[in-house]
Amino acid sequence: MIVNRKDLSWWERLYLPAIASGFKVTLRHFFKKKVTMQYPEEKWSVPPGYRGAPYLVKDQEGRTKCVSCQLCEFVCPPRAISITPPGPAVQTDAENVEKRPREFEINMLRCIFCGLCQEVCPEEAIFLMKDYSLNGESRKEMIFNKDKLLALGGVHNDRIMKWKQKAVEARRQEVFPVQEARP
Amino acid sequence: MSTHAPTPIKPDSAAPPPVEKIKIKVDGRDLEVPKTMPDWQGKPQPTTMLQACQLAGIEIPHYCYHPKLPIAGNCRMCLVEFGTPMLGPDRKPILNEDGTPRIAKSVLPYEPGTARGAIGCATAISPGMEIYPNSPATKQMREAVLESLLINHPLDCPICDQAGECKLQEYSVEHGQAASRFVETKVHKPKQVDLGPRIMLDDERCILCSRCVRFTRDIAGDDALGFVNRGSYNTLASYPGRSFDNNYTLNTVDICPVGALTSKDFRFQMRVWFLREAKSLCASCGTGCNITVGSREEKIYRFEPRENDAVNSSWMCDAGRLNYKWIGREDRLVKLGGSRLKAATWTGAVKELAEALRASKPGTLAIIASARQTTEELYLIKKIATRLGAVTDSIPRVGEGDKLLVSPDKNPNSNGARLTGISGPALGSSLPGIADRIRSGAIRGLIVFGEDVTRHGVSVAMLQGLDLLVVSDVLPSKTVELAHYLLPGCAPAEKRGSFVNVKGRAQRFVKAVEARGDARPEFEWLTELTGALGVENPPRSVEGCFNHLAKEIPAFGGLSWASLGETGAAAAI
Ligand code: SF4
Ligand code: SF4
Ligand code: SF4
Ligand code: SF4
Ligand code: FES
Repeated sequence: MIVNRKDLSWWERLYLPAIASGFKVTLRHFFKKKVTMQYPEEKWSVPPGYRGAPYLVKDQEGRTKCVSCQLCEFVCPPRAISITPPGPAVQTDAENVEKRPREFEINMLRCIFCGLCQEVCPEEAIFLMKDYSLNGESRKEMIFNKDKLLALGGVHNDRIMKWKQKAVEARRQEVFPVQEARP
Repeated sequence: MSTHAPTPIKPDSAAPPPVEKIKIKVDGRDLEVPKTMPDWQGKPQPTTMLQACQLAGIEIPHYCYHPKLPIAGNCRMCLVEFGTPMLGPDRKPILNEDGTPRIAKSVLPYEPGTARGAIGCATAISPGMEIYPNSPATKQMREAVLESLLINHPLDCPICDQAGECKLQEYSVEHGQAASRFVETKVHKPKQVDLGPRIMLDDERCILCSRCVRFTRDIAGDDALGFVNRGSYNTLASYPGRSFDNNYTLNTVDICPVGALTSKDFRFQMRVWFLREAKSLCASCGTGCNITVGSREEKIYRFEPRENDAVNSSWMCDAGRLNYKWIGREDRLVKLGGSRLKAATWTGAVKELAEALRASKPGTLAIIASARQTTEELYLIKKIATRLGAVTDSIPRVGEGDKLLVSPDKNPNSNGARLTGISGPALGSSLPGIADRIRSGAIRGLIVFGEDVTRHGVSVAMLQGLDLLVVSDVLPSKTVELAHYLLPGCAPAEKRGSFVNVKGRAQRFVKAVEARGDARPEFEWLTELTGALGVENPPRSVEGCFNHLAKEIPAFGGLSWASLGETGAAAAI
């Protein structure tokens, strides 16, 4: 398709009237209240519900909530998440833990902050937080590992504490839910 | 119960005699089904409602029923509503006005308004019977059974290895209720119970279907598992003080419909929905059990048996199942090498190799192939040997067998080596002769495939004295160290091809994972080498090669790659 260029009228060809009307707009804004933010000295405070970078959380007892179910890894559209499951060794460092990720990486260069990981997580272990400006000096630095994600994520108040409740119930029934590994 | 003798799995050789058919109605459709069907041992037994529905293409949900195990009928998941023709006092069917037989739906005797289902897995059909697998009453029964199964279930799905292939999950979605009405405290049972060297049990998840108990008692012949306690406290346990450690324990993990029995090897390694599946064969013995290889990102996570009634039924042994770790070993040979190889690419290497082979005098070469190679590779090796006037043989590998699956022949393709003419009827019979002639200097060149010949009568000094030593292998060995030309090869899971098992069944397998580095399926460079050596029209593809050799070797009786299908076909051995 060919679109023919419209010929300018002689008034338009003068240019100066157009420049003058442009300056008029500039001048009008010159005396109005400023709306530009002096980023990065000034920071934007994000509204609640904002979807920033996804981080892992611990519960109020300091336990990693993620159980390495890998649903977030499965659902993540750009495949930003990569989880290493723990393998068969029985974990004995905390009470009633059956499974926890050995490593949990999110490639923040890939993440599109869609929030699907938070939505799919059955354990409320991953949340999109308020960080919107992540930067680093290398690509490697932008792959956040488990320790970093947990440190950034902080504590999430868990109202249910499923594992604790189960442990209490089981102890009352004299069944210890997580046995010591037999040699 | 006392320990049964293990039941050997035999394919039915003779065609079964024709069976009487009876007329029934499934879900409103008229159907003729055989009166009897083979049970788990292959003996004819009255056809059950579940089997009749399966023939009608309707799946009845079930847990304890397994076609390869005796029927227990304890889970009640397969309850269906049904009706039978009403009989008058003269034992003649009562007819409706339109001439059809009147059907009496089965109801509770003391409550005629309530439907009374029967378990589909153990109720035989009778002439004129009507089965209602989709009626509201059937649906209600399923819902009720699932509700009671979930009462004490931990709902561990996020940490349960079975999630994604769990029948409890699947049926709950399909037939269950969305919400639980159970507000009481759940009964807790032992978790992470160490049953044996390869099995970990989670008693809370067990739905007490007894499949594992029946498998180990009736198939494996090791009566190691049973139930203790009663009611809600009913718990699966192994015999006190005994370890559940026979060579077939991991099959119980496969047949367990839930995540109660888990494999220690696969436990918490990878979620099943990430695994890519490839139809392959176990290469650990001559039985050639059909397997499915589960891999993700070129890493193998598990082998599982694949059903083939002519070979392994639905089972495989633990040793074969766990024999995959070497495929991902760090020290795998991944670079072209050897003391004389100049080229860094396969094209160059094949060219150099062809020149070196052509320069050798006819009659001074020997080829020691491996009965772990595919039939197609062995066929090409034989072609090369004929061209170069080389003697060939392969190495026998004998171990312990058992009555169920394990064969004493530890090579997966001994019959392939025999049929292609690489070896005589007894594998390795020419080996001492080859060794003597290397010692005497009559043989100046040796090509070795996947074997460490220093452990089979050819010493390091003898190898050092050779003019030409070509080695194709996957792992380092003394022979590999001395190679003039080293060609890194592939594990069976990394290539395609076929094996002929000890009973003469030719079976094909496909590639599950990609080999690392330079390693390349032997077939690919062998076909290039045959071409470079001047053999006319070498087969270019594995399929083509099999079709070719099946025509040439009478034992294959005109089989083709396509006719092998997924379960193989018999060759005459
Ligand atoms: S927010 Fe979306 S893109 Fe980012 S890690 Fe979660 S699922 Fe993946
Ligand atoms: S979905 Fe939640 S519990 Fe599962 S792996 Fe991701 S963060 Fe962990
Ligand atoms: S057995 Fe099935 S339903 Fe039960 S926790 Fe495991 S996956 Fe979930
Ligand atoms: S462990 Fe699995 S196979 Fe065995 S009885 Fe329980 S649910 Fe059935
Ligand atoms: S499958 Fe019929 S009772 Fe379990």
